Amino acid sequence: MSGAKYAIGIDLGTTHSALSWVDLHSEGAAPEILPVAQQSGPGAVQDYSLLPSFLYVPHDSEFAPGDLALPWNAAPGRITGEWARSHGALTPIRLVSSAKSWLGHAGVDRRSGILPADAPPEVERISPLAASTHYLQHLRDAWNHRHPEAPFEQQSVTVTIPASFDPAARELTAEAAQAAGYHGITLLEEPQAALYSWIAGSAGDWRKQVQVGDVILVVDVGGGTSDFSLIAVTEDAGNLQLNRVAVGEHILLGGDNMDLALAHGVARGLAAEGKQLDPWQMRALTYACRLAKEQLLSDPGLQSVPLVVPSRGSKLIGGSIRTELQRELLSTILLEGFFPAVESSARPVARPRAGLTQIGLPYAQDAAVTRHLAALLGRQVGATAQLPGFAQPEGATFLHPTAVLFNGGVFKSELLTDRVLSTLNAWLAADGAPAARLLHGADMDHAVARGAAYYGQVRQGQGIRIRGGTAQAYYVGIESSMPAVPGLEPPVQALCVAPFGMEEGSEAPLPPQQLGLVVGESVRFRFFGSSVRRDDQPGTLLDFWSPEELQELAQIEATLPAEGRAAGEVVPVQLRARVTDIGTLELLAQASEGAAGGAQWKVEFDVRDA
Amino acid sequence: MNELPELPFLSRVSLAIGSFFALLGDGRLAARVQALRSGAPLASEVPPPAPAPVQAPSPPAPVPAPAPVRATANVDAALQLLALLQRESRFVDFLQEDIGAYSDADVGGAARLLHGGARKVLQDTFDLVPVRTEAEGSRLTLPAGFDAAAVRVTGNVVGQPPFTGTLQHKGWRATAVRLPALTEGHDTRVIAPAEVEL
Repeated sequence: MSGAKYAIGIDLGTTHSALSWVDLHSEGAAPEILPVAQQSGPGAVQDYSLLPSFLYVPHDSEFAPGDLALPWNAAPGRITGEWARSHGALTPIRLVSSAKSWLGHAGVDRRSGILPADAPPEVERISPLAASTHYLQHLRDAWNHRHPEAPFEQQSVTVTIPASFDPAARELTAEAAQAAGYHGITLLEEPQAALYSWIAGSAGDWRKQVQVGDVILVVDVGGGTSDFSLIAVTEDAGNLQLNRVAVGEHILLGGDNMDLALAHGVARGLAAEGKQLDPWQMRALTYACRLAKEQLLSDPGLQSVPLVVPSRGSKLIGGSIRTELQRELLSTILLEGFFPAVESSARPVARPRAGLTQIGLPYAQDAAVTRHLAALLGRQVGATAQLPGFAQPEGATFLHPTAVLFNGGVFKSELLTDRVLSTLNAWLAADGAPAARLLHGADMDHAVARGAAYYGQVRQGQGIRIRGGTAQAYYVGIESSMPAVPGLEPPVQALCVAPFGMEEGSEAPLPPQQLGLVVGESVRFRFFGSSVRRDDQPGTLLDFWSPEELQELAQIEATLPAEGRAAGEVVPVQLRARVTDIGTLELLAQASEGAAGGAQWKVEFDVRDA
Repeated sequence: MNELPELPFLSRVSLAIGSFFALLGDGRLAARVQALRSGAPLASEVPPPAPAPVQAPSPPAPVPAPAPVRATANVDAALQLLALLQRESRFVDFLQEDIGAYSDADVGGAARLLHGGARKVLQDTFDLVPVRTEAEGSRLTLPAGFDAAAVRVTGNVVGQPPFTGTLQHKGWRATAVRLPALTEGHDTRVIAPAEVEL
């Protein structure tokens, strides 16, 4: 946005959000983190560098009047952040959590009040969209409170999203930002933001750490999601260029699942001794396990860390349960459960698991991050084929990364980065390729927000920009005109409407095929995305595809208003795809002939129950 | 009539600031100050009533003097810190419990819990630095005019500085204090609310 003094980067995370900012008028300034004022207990407001993405809807008589006050709001109806998380754990029926995962969940209506998922009827429910809006509003208010001289609305704002978000989830994020009063925002993929943060933190030194021909793998494991991206380093007129060539699938699996799995592991041991934990103690144990995990992961010499689960009553010593977290259990659950050293040919398997799921969200069936990584690299073996100088060696079974950048709180542990890196290097060695090296990142908690703020500088022409465009090609499903076979669904063809790699602000050529839209009626189409078909152009028609090639997304819906036309009339249209400046995909139905020739209507991503 | 002597300007500044928080926190004091501002005489300014022959003299009414004002201002912060310690480390529970009946292992387990939480509160709330950076046990010399509030000399305290001695404890100094902001009307005397599971 012109006239902005600051570039603001917002990491809207599944479990934590953060705001970073940088002065646009001082070249080379480093992004800073905004301390976010939030309720930390009854009647107390504290600044934290992270805003836990939790929302608590209190009962009318639950707290004394004024106990919820924020500096900018004397009587907010809800609790946001730290206190929401700690108190909500005791009353989960009033706690909204993981709104971002719900926002990316195509199986539910993301605009209707569905959270908290297990709330009784009298508790007011809000939509995943409204919850995301609420966090964004809180960050905006916290900024305005601290920087009254530079109103948020006048700054250049970047909001991050998982690279794996589909077009509908991207659009919903942009919509939430608009509803929160953000103007002229840009969306940025989180692994890209992490790389930007690494570039910003290296103070120019990054040019020495990577070279032309490098393929950088960004592994970002957050609190609730795992996100991968592959970025190739090329050269143009003597300058290094960064090209994001592929992104991973949407995997709901993160650090919180690991803490929960550890706690359940310890609780099983206690149950064997005849000690049953109630939900309150279970929460205390999960918290204790997180701290113990961090201790064990940072000190390889420790064999076990004592855990104390306090009693809930005021008798602290008498009612406490003492146990310990053994390194053996940690290794079994964390290293072998989440980061097993598998073969490069391993693929995620579907199997029932205990202790990892919450009703409703489509959590990853396979907890092994390394298997998801193997699947991505195997699927994307041809991702760099079109880049000069990136030919993968003959017989390569997967795309060979040459450098790895880690992001996310779990990778503060060298044990885990070592495990991922050594697993990857074993795959590379088996393929006869050189080992990948580690890019030393700076700030696992704030890199995404910092990178987003840095991206605001980049957009002003300071520093290098990662080129990428859309990481998928998009297809509309149309029924093929074959004779119907009783008992079989009519076969569907996939018509490409948006090619791979569309840049922000660009428009795809019109596919020649015409679709018929009925005036006054809403027509729904099946919608597909492919992260591997890089050559399809608008108009390409696919008859067959493997499940690996095309993934079905939420449906799209076009409604033709009856303006000046007879209801029921069929208007032939072509579908035009456009990527907005914000970074969202837009589909337009354009009338191809007749009186309405050239007129356009927006095609909506159906974010309701698919 | 005993007129009070005028306060010097600096004392008036500190009294004004102290009174600001004291008045916000103490409704009764505020009412008394309001009466004083609207011209009501102080007890000390009112001539004592003629003693009634059979009545014991009534105790003198309390005077809003500077000392209690400052104490009131600090009470909120103290209660807040206690509440934080209780919330994060069960500090009050631990100290209120009779530990005589438990084994060292049991007490040790609870102490670990206390230590982890209380340490977090300490780190979140205060920035602490040692007063002296020398290693404990080393010899050091205190020049004339050393900060007597920051360094305590003990033992053979005779003669004039410079003093030379052994550093027994390096001392701690808080360079920053970050207590949570308090909302208007919040009752800090509740250190931990009673919990009732419905």
